[in-house]
Amino acid sequence: MGATIIEKIIGNNTKKEVKPGDIVTVHVDRVMIHDIFIPFVASKFEEMGFTKLYDADKVVLIYDHLVPASQVDDTRHFRVGNEFVEKYDIKNIHRSDGICHQLMTEAGYVKPGNIVFGTDSHTTTYGCVGAFSSGIGYTEMASILGTGTMWVRVPETIKVNIKGKLPENVMAKDIILKLIGDLGADGATYKALEFAGDTIDDMSVSSRMSMANMAIEAGAKCALFTPDEKTAEYCEIELTDRERDLVGDADAQYCRVIEYRAEDFVPVMACPSNVDNVKPVSELVGKEIDQVFIGSCTNGRLEDLMAAAQVLQGKKVAPFVKLIITPASRKIYNQAVENGTMAVLAGAGAMVTHPSCGLCCGRAGGILTDGETVVATNNRNFLGRMGTSKVGIYLASPKTAAACAVAGKIVEPE
Amino acid sequence: MGKIFKFQQDVDTDQIIASQYLLFPTIDEMKAYTFESLDPEFAGKVQPGDYVVASENFGCGSSREQAPSVLKALGVKAVIAKSFARIFYRNSINIGLPVIVCKDLHENVNQGDEMELSMQEGIVRVNGKEYECTKLPVYMQGILDQGGLIASLNKED
Repeated sequence: MGATIIEKIIGNNTKKEVKPGDIVTVHVDRVMIHDIFIPFVASKFEEMGFTKLYDADKVVLIYDHLVPASQVDDTRHFRVGNEFVEKYDIKNIHRSDGICHQLMTEAGYVKPGNIVFGTDSHTTTYGCVGAFSSGIGYTEMASILGTGTMWVRVPETIKVNIKGKLPENVMAKDIILKLIGDLGADGATYKALEFAGDTIDDMSVSSRMSMANMAIEAGAKCALFTPDEKTAEYCEIELTDRERDLVGDADAQYCRVIEYRAEDFVPVMACPSNVDNVKPVSELVGKEIDQVFIGSCTNGRLEDLMAAAQVLQGKKVAPFVKLIITPASRKIYNQAVENGTMAVLAGAGAMVTHPSCGLCCGRAGGILTDGETVVATNNRNFLGRMGTSKVGIYLASPKTAAACAVAGKIVEPE
Repeated sequence: MGKIFKFQQDVDTDQIIASQYLLFPTIDEMKAYTFESLDPEFAGKVQPGDYVVASENFGCGSSREQAPSVLKALGVKAVIAKSFARIFYRNSINIGLPVIVCKDLHENVNQGDEMELSMQEGIVRVNGKEYECTKLPVYMQGILDQGGLIASLNKED
């Protein structure tokens, strides 16, 4: 019988055939810890009695949520992190290079077929290159640091086939929001999402990243895309036969198969305050807004900034609207400067900030207050995430967000 | 017996413990803000041995282990929900907070009802009735029985 992508990855790792429901111990290829949780990981690691890392090369520590520090207490996290890095001889440390989920693939830490865990729910992102990646807590992370292994339950897979050509004003973000709306916030809980179809084949790795990033918002354990030539170019590798084989077999068992026609997608938004509360932008037109945020591990990549710039070219952000743009990494920031994108964004009146998580986690400039509305390109619109619990957060694509910034209200992008 | 604190569906980890409190150095400093946006008085009212009963998808959202940790620190004996989000569920077992799925409980109980849970039997007793829960897989129950992942790892050594 055939296998799904996740069954192949876990099977390759454990060197045996696996089926959904099996509980197996995997060898972890890489782990990511970010600044918010490093103090807890460090203390749990020592509480467990470990005195050395299983393999320091497999550990990546990234400061992103708190960069640069906005409160005095934040600096404790950097101090604890720096001490941990020194004590255990960790070489893979990024102190101001960008968001963890961007750097893990951009800096080459994750390759197709890898098994990777991180102390963040959006660790599902690395499925964009065909890796099994998922979020865990700090106790579990401390355990992997010491043992190099973790137990997992092999998940069932939901297959999502998308065929055809997307409309001009639709981005990958609209697809994943629509899927989350259709599945519901727990529609993929404990399951893997596997994407296929010629629309997916035509997509950039960046777009696949936006989709894999948000898999968790439907509860999924991971999201998987078959590695192809675009993946190889992005990862700067030649694909091996085993990597090419990371495709869902025709006779694999899926718990559900969902089919979409690309032409049917329209720009959508996730309305306050659940990610699965998804509506077409056309039904929300006219709602006045106070702020727009373009950035995050979901939509802070070069293609996102360029899509926003295309909308903002020759235009100005509406009076009273604040447009905050946060590139996902230093590399992206520099690329946007070099190719002229940054000049368009700044020229239109955007406030461009340093690469980091920024407003997405509500810890940087741009927090809002009661009754205010923000259109944002990140992945969560939960109550209180960007200020008080009476802020309305509408999640959208960079194109839609930029169009709203110019109009000062919700509009569909052209 | 413990009192029931009842919550609805899709309670996310930001609602259990909001991100601005995650920077506090200890769980004990955080726990006063548990469920702040849903029930600001929760931390003051809940007593050791009380239960949290919720509908579907409890603990969705972030990977923050502080979410089950503040509940445990306040003495919550177990969380009983119609379903759980994956990371919350796993984190709870790892820190030794009992979590169990019970499909029929939520509709049939009210805030403040007195209930009792037997994890071993997978049975909730409340208001003179019994409700069957979905027992944990043996592997996970084993970690829980030992008090969580740290105790479990230390025992393996």
